[in-house]
Amino acid sequence: MTNQIPFVDYLALGPPPHLVAHECDSCSARYFDHRNACAACGGVSFHDADVDTVGEVRAFTIVSLAAPGIPVPFVAAVVDCGGTSVRGNVTNVTPDPEHVSVGMKVRLTTSVVGVDAQGTEAVGFGFEPLEGVTNGG
Amino acid sequence: MAGEDIWILGIHMTKFGKHPDRDTVDLASEAVLGALADGGVTMKDVGVMAAGNLMGGAAATGQLIQKQVGQTGIPVYNVANACATGATALRTVIMSLKADESDVGLAVGVEKLAGAGLLVGGSRAADSDTWTRRGRFGQVAPVDGRIGTDTMPGVFAQVGMEYGHRYGGVDFELFARIAEKNHAHSTLNPLASYQKRFSLEEIMNDVMIAYPNTRPMCSANCDGAAAAVVVTDAKRKTLSLEQQRRCVKVSASVLTTDPWEEACQILPNVNTLTRNAAQQAYETAGVGPEDLDLVELHDCFATAELVHYDNLMLCEEGGAADFFRSGATWRDGKMPVNVSGGLESKGHPIAATGIANIWEVCHHLRGEAKDRQIEGAKVGLAHVIGLGSACGVHILEAAA
Repeated sequence: MTNQIPFVDYLALGPPPHLVAHECDSCSARYFDHRNACAACGGVSFHDADVDTVGEVRAFTIVSLAAPGIPVPFVAAVVDCGGTSVRGNVTNVTPDPEHVSVGMKVRLTTSVVGVDAQGTEAVGFGFEPLEGVTNGG
Repeated sequence: MAGEDIWILGIHMTKFGKHPDRDTVDLASEAVLGALADGGVTMKDVGVMAAGNLMGGAAATGQLIQKQVGQTGIPVYNVANACATGATALRTVIMSLKADESDVGLAVGVEKLAGAGLLVGGSRAADSDTWTRRGRFGQVAPVDGRIGTDTMPGVFAQVGMEYGHRYGGVDFELFARIAEKNHAHSTLNPLASYQKRFSLEEIMNDVMIAYPNTRPMCSANCDGAAAAVVVTDAKRKTLSLEQQRRCVKVSASVLTTDPWEEACQILPNVNTLTRNAAQQAYETAGVGPEDLDLVELHDCFATAELVHYDNLMLCEEGGAADFFRSGATWRDGKMPVNVSGGLESKGHPIAATGIANIWEVCHHLRGEAKDRQIEGAKVGLAHVIGLGSACGVHILEAAA
């Protein structure tokens, strides 16, 4: 079987795949990067917290100009996953304003980003529209 | 004395645009010499200096400028605060005056950006041939484009779209009409990068950068510099009546950063720190938004201008779209915004911007803005925001 690793530390491949936040023990603020302390309350202890895998697009853009090597256009978005905001691309959708909207319901999805010289696959994440819910406003 | 009023005595901005034959020191020197001459003082009068040049990195920009315009041994603070760098430089010398360390201060911001493309997210390192975790997310390869976007047009597009999601009534055309206004305004500004009117159709059909921001809805990368000379009230009273008459009062000088809120480390929250800065500035100056005759705000993208109507409390909360549609922010409206053309049309040489917007307001308050004069302007507000984030708000009042 092909060896797979998550593209970032905060993606757990599962199954099922999901994101894991660092949640402050004191105030429950959530973060995805590695932490020195809590920016909200100054607490220094954290625990892992699974993030909802379905959410709603709160903001998006369709990027047409990006660094060389980045396929465009693509949809970059902020997704509200049950009260935890997540940055990610909206995938498996036509990248135009007719097919993407704020308020749209989406779910976490994973795909292979690339394969290195050892044959290891890096698996990234994005969000795809929830079937049957395309008119989110 | 601490607590006494601070005044802008002299101020100057260079033409914004392409200056292929002049480097940052040349441009900054023009701005400094122009500001000193405008105020009727020389480097020998200046007791403290602050300088900003974001693209210069760790260079001693202030000292390089001094070596052209006057090495008098005074302290220089080289400051960097993203797009709020110019405002930060100005506030740094104001703090020195307020601390009674000196009575004349000089702030300058300069940038060479003509022809620059994306300032962030314009290049991405190649993937290594062996996945290795690095960075704060333990990523095995660069994140930009794979997990959202690092580009400024894309970030600020989301800022505008989020506002639309929260309050409704916002679409692509609305944002394009904001750019239409600013490009129309700059036709009266001979120092603007662009002085060309664009039709709504031209703006909407131009090259898409990050929906809904097309190219003319993005700030114009250009070269430019701006400088200001500030004095204490005690110093002002020693000057000629003509100098005193042209002085512009700094009624508030505020700098804030973004307080923690859910999502602020996912998409920068440019709203709360702006609202906080505006509130502090209004309280300090003892004026309200209804007292303002003109506003220069940080329209780094058309999507940003909309949210700052709300953040600066120029309209009711949630009412920015209706406020714009009412025509209020055109130069003949009840709250003219970016009559200079703004960053979209005047241009955005980053570190110069936070002083150039004050130059614009000062010109109106002095009654020296010629063709684009807002008649009878007495009070104005200048706002900048640097992503990361830092927000500078200055409220300025004409001398009584």
